[in-house]
Amino acid sequence: MKIVVTVKLVPDPNAEKRIDPATKRLVRTGVETVLNPYDEYALEAALQLKERIGGDTTVTVFAMAPESLKETLRKALAMGADDAVLLSDAGLEGSDVWGTSYAMAHALKKVGFDLLIVGGLSDDGSTGATPGALAEYLQTPLVTNARKADVADGKLQIERETDTGYQIVKAPLPTVMTTALTFGEPRYASLKGIMGAKKKTIAAMALADLGLDQSVGAAGAKTELLSFAPPPVRGKGNVVEAADGATGAKAIFDFLKEKKLV
Amino acid sequence: MTTTHAKTAAAPDAVDFLGLDALLSDEERLIRDTVRSFVRDRVLPNVGEWFEAGTLPRELGRELGRLGLLGMHLHGYDCPGASAVAYGIACMELEAGDAGVRSFASVQGSLAMFAIYRWGSEEQKRTWLPRMARGEAIGCFGLTEPDFGSNPAGMRTFARRDGGDWILNGTKLWITNGSIADLAIVWANTDDGIRGFVVEKGTRGFSTSDIHKKISLRASITSELVLQDVRVPADAQLPLAKGLSGPLACLSEARFGIIWGAMGAARACYEAALDYAKTRVQFDRPIGGFQLTQEKLANMLLELGKGSLLALHLGRMKDDGRLHPAQVSFGKLNNVREALKICREARTILGANGVTLEYPVIRHMNNLESVLTYEGTSEVHTLVIGQQITGISAFT
Repeated sequence: MKIVVTVKLVPDPNAEKRIDPATKRLVRTGVETVLNPYDEYALEAALQLKERIGGDTTVTVFAMAPESLKETLRKALAMGADDAVLLSDAGLEGSDVWGTSYAMAHALKKVGFDLLIVGGLSDDGSTGATPGALAEYLQTPLVTNARKADVADGKLQIERETDTGYQIVKAPLPTVMTTALTFGEPRYASLKGIMGAKKKTIAAMALADLGLDQSVGAAGAKTELLSFAPPPVRGKGNVVEAADGATGAKAIFDFLKEKKLV
Repeated sequence: MTTTHAKTAAAPDAVDFLGLDALLSDEERLIRDTVRSFVRDRVLPNVGEWFEAGTLPRELGRELGRLGLLGMHLHGYDCPGASAVAYGIACMELEAGDAGVRSFASVQGSLAMFAIYRWGSEEQKRTWLPRMARGEAIGCFGLTEPDFGSNPAGMRTFARRDGGDWILNGTKLWITNGSIADLAIVWANTDDGIRGFVVEKGTRGFSTSDIHKKISLRASITSELVLQDVRVPADAQLPLAKGLSGPLACLSEARFGIIWGAMGAARACYEAALDYAKTRVQFDRPIGGFQLTQEKLANMLLELGKGSLLALHLGRMKDDGRLHPAQVSFGKLNNVREALKICREARTILGANGVTLEYPVIRHMNNLESVLTYEGTSEVHTLVIGQQITGISAFT
């Protein structure tokens, strides 16, 4: 069974983010690039499935990113993925969600998969639209927000997390699945994994390999970011001053009660 | 004809001011990031409590084993075979968490495992090293005695032959991991000089008791080992270790890790002080805006940068097989001394907050007081360097 995990390479979520007003894109200079944290859960799910299914199951990570970020993919290989594919092309620069999904879907068709696992969201763009678009272009079912998954008799069965509990959903392979953050903490890469990662293959793909009939990148974008603004600055909090702890606690409790928070 | 292109110099980072990051390989950076996130997730949220309670969870050993950090620079026997620089980087990140955690890994990998790796029989290596690498078996290293610290040659612990067996008697003190260890590497005098032995937990006559009331390295187990007519078979002896060079070779390995570890603790304190200086307001401005604070921060940064560069240089030399023990002394003497100064300076920037376990500073500062004297006191390392440059020993 072939499991493919898509990973996005995003600016370090812990670093301060800045948007260039001219390009309306995140400034990446001086900011470290890391695996999108949501995708680490997707990779963890894939590695757990591989361990459970065994046999000839393989895990391939797929990324669409500039060639210069190639080495960031080593972390996924160090965590246990078998190999990687990097789709890289100057013509992809500035792709919107549509262009990204369209190009990725064509590339993923070429890579081939039985199960495609995608993180639920990207830390930078946060549209959450890519998994659905991929399933549409790949003509597969889409099962989302999995907290557990298993494969038996050519079918994927997941526990799908919802606000009120969970659902058990089955889908035939090939299929696309997204992971919930309750799937299990992504593993640390082990030292042996890190040292073994440099021997693993990162295959290169470019736009010319895909044979797309529509243009992607900034030129082909169907959406346009008109403006952006930082989140509103938080106002000053209320400071409760009280003679003793009990009075202070009561004042805080009354405040929370008034706001219907307790 | 050559053409030179003017390059734009990037503004230096507030911590990695010298851009030492660029001297590391991608693999080394990944090792650093991995250990750093482990420390951020597993050590930092808990270490204040461990320190206060005077304990280190046994489970942490297995977690370090899963990461591959125990005996990471040894080759074969399920050990990863990483470079000396990679080992140093791991020590730096672990000690940025706490010196107790780094000491755990140092004692396991560089003292106990290395003793078996370097001086043990093939059977001893096969029996112990894979389990120790996984953190399933914990080792300790019994060299220091109540009356013999800097002068281990005078040790009183004695092993005498009894038929094919050995009978060990003596006391070892200040032994990291002593009471949680499944095996102790015990160094003892014999009729033929100093020899090393593997003494398993539970062996009749072998007991341990923990040392309490420490104000330093509290997130670390420190014990006394008592050997009373402990009988071990002939194959418990490390066959290749003959004389004091046996334990000293192990110490040189561990000291190398300390050169890096000390800079990890220093970095953590510098970062805490810098962050505090930028946010703590007195006289209507951040205290980082006052000249006296800036001088402190700048001086801390100078020594942090120099010490880190020194660690990396010595690491590259070690990987190249060119590192002399006296150069290890140079590194340990300088980096622990400077790290301690950095932590003390950081303490003053944090004011009263600097003495609580809410901030890492006093914990690192107190830990370094132990690091200053264990694995060779700063005085001993000074004399090692003195002997090397003058050709005259001033030890006795």
